[in-house]
Amino acid sequence: MIYFDNSATTQAAPEVVDTYDKVSQQIWGNPSSLHRFGEAAFNLLEQSRKQIADLLGVHQSEILFTSGGTEGDNWVLKGTAIEKRAFGNHLITTAVEHPAIHNSMEQLKQLGFEVTYLPVDEAGRISIADLKAAIRPTTILVSVMAVNNEIGTIQPLKAVADVLADYPKIHYHIDAVQGIGKGIQDMIMNDRVDFVTFSGHKFHAPRGIGFIYKRQGRKIAPLLTGGGQERNLRSGTENLPAIAAMSKALRLLLTDEAKKVAQQRAVKNRIYQHIKDRDLVTLFSQPTDDFAPHILCFAIKGVRGETIVHAFEEHDIFISTTSACSSKKHMASSTLMAMHIDESVATSAIRISLDANNTLAEADEFNRVFDVLYDQFKKLSHTESKSSAQV
Amino acid sequence: MDYSEIMVRYGELSTKGKNRKDFIRQLGQNVKAALQEFADLEIHAQHDRLHVALNGTPSGPVIDRLKGVFGIENFSPVLKVEKTKDAMFEAAKTLIEAQYEPGMTFKINTKRQDHQFELDTNQINDQLGGHILRSIPVITVKMKQPDITLRVEVRLNGIFLSSETIHGAGGLPVGTGGRAVMMLSGGIDSPVAAYMGMKRGVKLDMVHFFSPPYTSEQALAKAKELTTKIAGFAGHVQFIAVPFTKVQEDIKEKVPEGYLMTIQRRMMLRLTAAIAQQRGAKGIFTGESLGQVASQTLESMLAINDVTTMPVLRPLVSMDKTEIIKIAEKIDTYDLSILPFEDCCTIFTPPAPKTRPDLEKVRNFEKLIDVDALMAEALAGVTVVNIKPGDHYMNQQEEVFAELL
Repeated sequence: MIYFDNSATTQAAPEVVDTYDKVSQQIWGNPSSLHRFGEAAFNLLEQSRKQIADLLGVHQSEILFTSGGTEGDNWVLKGTAIEKRAFGNHLITTAVEHPAIHNSMEQLKQLGFEVTYLPVDEAGRISIADLKAAIRPTTILVSVMAVNNEIGTIQPLKAVADVLADYPKIHYHIDAVQGIGKGIQDMIMNDRVDFVTFSGHKFHAPRGIGFIYKRQGRKIAPLLTGGGQERNLRSGTENLPAIAAMSKALRLLLTDEAKKVAQQRAVKNRIYQHIKDRDLVTLFSQPTDDFAPHILCFAIKGVRGETIVHAFEEHDIFISTTSACSSKKHMASSTLMAMHIDESVATSAIRISLDANNTLAEADEFNRVFDVLYDQFKKLSHTESKSSAQV
Repeated sequence: MDYSEIMVRYGELSTKGKNRKDFIRQLGQNVKAALQEFADLEIHAQHDRLHVALNGTPSGPVIDRLKGVFGIENFSPVLKVEKTKDAMFEAAKTLIEAQYEPGMTFKINTKRQDHQFELDTNQINDQLGGHILRSIPVITVKMKQPDITLRVEVRLNGIFLSSETIHGAGGLPVGTGGRAVMMLSGGIDSPVAAYMGMKRGVKLDMVHFFSPPYTSEQALAKAKELTTKIAGFAGHVQFIAVPFTKVQEDIKEKVPEGYLMTIQRRMMLRLTAAIAQQRGAKGIFTGESLGQVASQTLESMLAINDVTTMPVLRPLVSMDKTEIIKIAEKIDTYDLSILPFEDCCTIFTPPAPKTRPDLEKVRNFEKLIDVDALMAEALAGVTVVNIKPGDHYMNQQEEVFAELL
């Protein structure tokens, strides 16, 4: 079995599950309880938080736990909108964001907020000139993803930071769900960023856990009110087994990060080199440094993405049509549409997303299967063009 | 950049004439204490400046530590190079490039001790300036308030260049202002007051009252953990724990409710004064500020202060809560302070304490308890721990948890 769908989710690591089990069974107190079961749970909670903060080079109080990427994105956007509505009603994001951002923005629009979606070029990247032009006196937030989940583009996070250095009141949010552990931590945790969203299950932690970074001094309204957990910003009894497990998963992820990034890049490159000159193949991701090392997105002309996914599945290779969120809805990739890729090509797109566990041998096996399938697809597309010629 | 030393400039102490020697000696000791974990450093406190030779130690962590030492006005990381024109030119360019952003201006400030060096002061300013202008295309020279001032010192043992000036903590070296005790509760205010007291050079011992089982082990651990943060400004701090259960129970049993708080505070202050006297301390610091709570009205202060003639110093007396919180966040005590453990100031509080207690009544009600016996018992149970920065008291299971994480 070859699993090339790591941007959809990753398998929880055994040692991470081990922590989850142990904490569930041994440190099951409520961190808010005053007795020693509670105290032990509280201490583990804070130690997990500290480990994450140390790994990211930030302060312990700047890490707040959530249920995952979707909650983090929703929270930063809506929490900022509520907190700062007296200062303005304009938010800026990109045309290629994950639906957790896009649909939150749409919801805010219905409530009277104004949203600018920055267009992207043929590489899926925003332009700094567009950003500068979009900023208004009423702008309260700029939200940019670190790594595009469909084609792997790395956005110019530092250039955005430089622009926003002149606008200290605007909240700068980075959706780093696909960006952590991919060798660009210095771009994400830059000097200007105020909020960053992370999701645990993208790096071998369990589902239902994530965290945000919130710069000290920045204010955000809570979406979940209640018992006052997480510094009164995110109520709900803390999911301690998952939090401890995620803290461990992050440590493992960032150990030897450079080596792991190089490994993913090598696997991606081997596949890229193998397919790049085929007539029917349109590549959306590039092997260059301004694309993430783990995502390769391409289309095979005339074949629906879904068909390609199932064809590979028959050979025990698991890939995806662009993002997992859109694949079941038979929608063309929103990123590719924003890049003005023709819909007929966009619906043929598939995504390979890697992890440090993937090997060059797996890339070779993928390439072998690719050749077999490519020949079949080629015949298919010939017949299709013939039949259309006859009409 | 691999700096070779850090040059520290003294703060207010430069103006203190005859005490100067003591100040410099104390600051030298404090800097040594703050940097003791870095084995390779050489620290020399001289009459005008203090030099920290790095000997290969990375400058970043050393700089972070120095920022917390009182008595330092500012300091500069310094690059030491051999006494040749080329080495000097190269180092100057590296230093300026590290700081330069388009549009910035610079000037060169040279001091020459070694008159054997091939260039004199004016020649250095001139030729080095020319070299910088040629190497960095759009930089310009400005004599008044330039963005970058490159300091060049030609000494007998090499050329020393620096361009960055980092603000120090200011204040006076801890220990030069004598010794006092600090009443540390565990709330937001007292660590801030301790910080401010130390900033004026006072060496503080922490006095903390605890009342098991009404207060938990965690509350005591929290006060100690706070002390580790405070110790960051003083090298190390003595933590004095005073058992207060018996006193509180006795007062609760015998004294009318409205005066519980006032008389408890009088007992605390008496005990603190006794401890201060035993240790030769000359004053008592508290985190009180006027008007915050019932015990912090002028009438209450008068009634409580009545028990001692030792100066009671209240650095926060006129500060707003928001200002205090800002400092607490800066010195990293805020997050600890807001942990919700009962301390002995919050237990046994009557629903309506007297905000304007009458001194004569207080004195009379106090006759209902045996002050001397209670004092003697509490003092007999005092324990002292020496607390250093980086010690841990809050999370004793840390090692167990380390395996999970």
